[in-house]
Amino acid sequence: MLAMIEANLPALQVVLPMLAAPICAVLGRGTRSWTLTMAVVVLTFAVSVSLFIATLDGATISYRMGNWAPPFGIEYRVDILNAFVLMVVSGIALFILPYARASIAFEISEERQPLFYSAFLLCLTGLLGVTITGDAFNIFVFLEISSLSTYALIATGAERNKRALTAAYNYLIMGTVGATFFVIGIGMLYMVTGTLNLADLAQRIVEHGDSSTLRMGFVFILIGVGLKLAMFPLHLWLPNAYSFAPSAVTAFIAATATKVAIYVLLRFMFTVFGFDYDFQAATLRHVVLPLAIVAMFAASIVAVFQDDLKRMLAYSSIAQVGYMLLGLALLSHTGLMASVIHLFNHAVTKGALFMVAGCYIFAAGTSSISGLRGIGRDMPWTTAAFVTAGLSLIGLPLTVGFVSKWYLVLAALELNWWPVALLIMASSLLAIVYIWRVVETAYLQPSPEGVVRKEAPLWMLLPTWGLAALSVFFGTYAALTTAAASRAATALISASNMLWQ
Amino acid sequence: MEHHSILRVVSKLLIPPILLYALYVQFHGEYGPGGGFQAGVIFAVAFILYALVFGIEAMTEILPPRLLLILSATGVLIFAGTGVVTMLLGDAYLGYNALAADPPHAQEWGIVIVEIGVGMTVAAVMMAIFVAFASHNPPIKDEDW
Repeated sequence: MLAMIEANLPALQVVLPMLAAPICAVLGRGTRSWTLTMAVVVLTFAVSVSLFIATLDGATISYRMGNWAPPFGIEYRVDILNAFVLMVVSGIALFILPYARASIAFEISEERQPLFYSAFLLCLTGLLGVTITGDAFNIFVFLEISSLSTYALIATGAERNKRALTAAYNYLIMGTVGATFFVIGIGMLYMVTGTLNLADLAQRIVEHGDSSTLRMGFVFILIGVGLKLAMFPLHLWLPNAYSFAPSAVTAFIAATATKVAIYVLLRFMFTVFGFDYDFQAATLRHVVLPLAIVAMFAASIVAVFQDDLKRMLAYSSIAQVGYMLLGLALLSHTGLMASVIHLFNHAVTKGALFMVAGCYIFAAGTSSISGLRGIGRDMPWTTAAFVTAGLSLIGLPLTVGFVSKWYLVLAALELNWWPVALLIMASSLLAIVYIWRVVETAYLQPSPEGVVRKEAPLWMLLPTWGLAALSVFFGTYAALTTAAASRAATALISASNMLWQ
Repeated sequence: MEHHSILRVVSKLLIPPILLYALYVQFHGEYGPGGGFQAGVIFAVAFILYALVFGIEAMTEILPPRLLLILSATGVLIFAGTGVVTMLLGDAYLGYNALAADPPHAQEWGIVIVEIGVGMTVAAVMMAIFVAFASHNPPIKDEDW
């Protein structure tokens, strides 16, 4: 039995939540489906940890779906980079679920909860599947599984605010356009190479050399994934989707969905197209890099003027995606490392911040910043978690945000691009402005009279503090994440030259 | 509805062949064009036609939404469960070779079982979408936006 489990770990990673999703849908009561989901998420996290340990020394695990040999069959390929992302995604799910129980019971009616948890599991299946698979078309399928279930999850916010429906519909249109672009891009690659296996694609692209079809394929994939990860001018779906979704959903998708899309981009850019593909390098330097810098500033400035806390954090997410794209566009080992570290760090930080927003909604019924006056005295623990995670978002030393910005600045300085380094620091100042607005309202302004606000329940507070504490822990002991990120970056760069065996 | 006698007679005549054709497409899928998805849609069409002519309540009497939900979940479980069974039998996930002694038969068995799951889920989901639209809530009022 144990040997069977060990041999099938990569499949189990995706199959466990996929099997649980239909069972969850027919269970019929909120508590029962929550319990099943929780159990499955714990198992999924255990699987991802063991995959991470197995790949830590640089090994690659290849799993043949249905025992069909790659490149003809679908291959699941786990290396240090996607094992790391798998662990982030399932780990965030592990923190969100205990929180979700009270939060979802508050925001979604009892009879819809089984379907909610079913959609949550499908979303998790999709995100894990995108990350683990080594097949380009399989990535598209899982991307659609996760996106479709995300649209449904966002639409469940309609019980509190009907505008969640338009937000979900808007995301559905944009997300579908993105998926279409992505699959057209894959089609172009298939036309050039005749294969869909990522490792095989990489080898055949090297043999094939550059061509206009290949370039079109690259651009289609970049724009398609860019829509999914809210790259700056393609981000319009994000603010509404994040603000009107139920709090637990916002925290989950903000911490995982865009990160997985970043991973897909990394995988295509560096494993498939290769580190030394000139057209890609030029696009990254002349298009993605300026857009990333514009995102860092434009989205942060918009965030400063938002009245809704969730909306403010959503705009901040667009700016943070800018940092990740910047690191990737620098095209250096340190830059890639900064991207991978920030992928983890931002997942932890933004997860905690959105969970705090959910606690406020639970206790005060609002996430409008002007409605949070004096809440720091009524909800000291929740607000303290906000301050901790907020400091990490700004990038103060001893928090994870500092580690990612440190490597990002370092990567820019390595290339002697000191203006970029200065811009990174300048944009952090904007983060101070929007975080301080909330802190000032929460602590320094008097509470409105006659309002009773109690601290959030323990089961919401504990996961929130868990993530906030992680953002300090990994900021203090940065060696753990930097080692993994450094190895992942090395693997990505050397993968450009590694041929499929 | 009483005066639509042609519609009623024609659809009563058509529904059994549609169901039969769905089953043909389902089980002939391994030899010719077809398979679970197409069969599921055709199967659902028979019920949708019935609901269009005889009313949505007449259809939900045989297939209440709860049953449709269970059917669609069962289909997914059949597909995913086949994979788990092959895994327990010592092959990879969805490695059908473990299902019978010789590979060609094993693959055939695997495909047939999995396609039954696909057909079930597709038919149930198609009908569920139709029921959801046909018996949906009154439109949202302007002031609710």
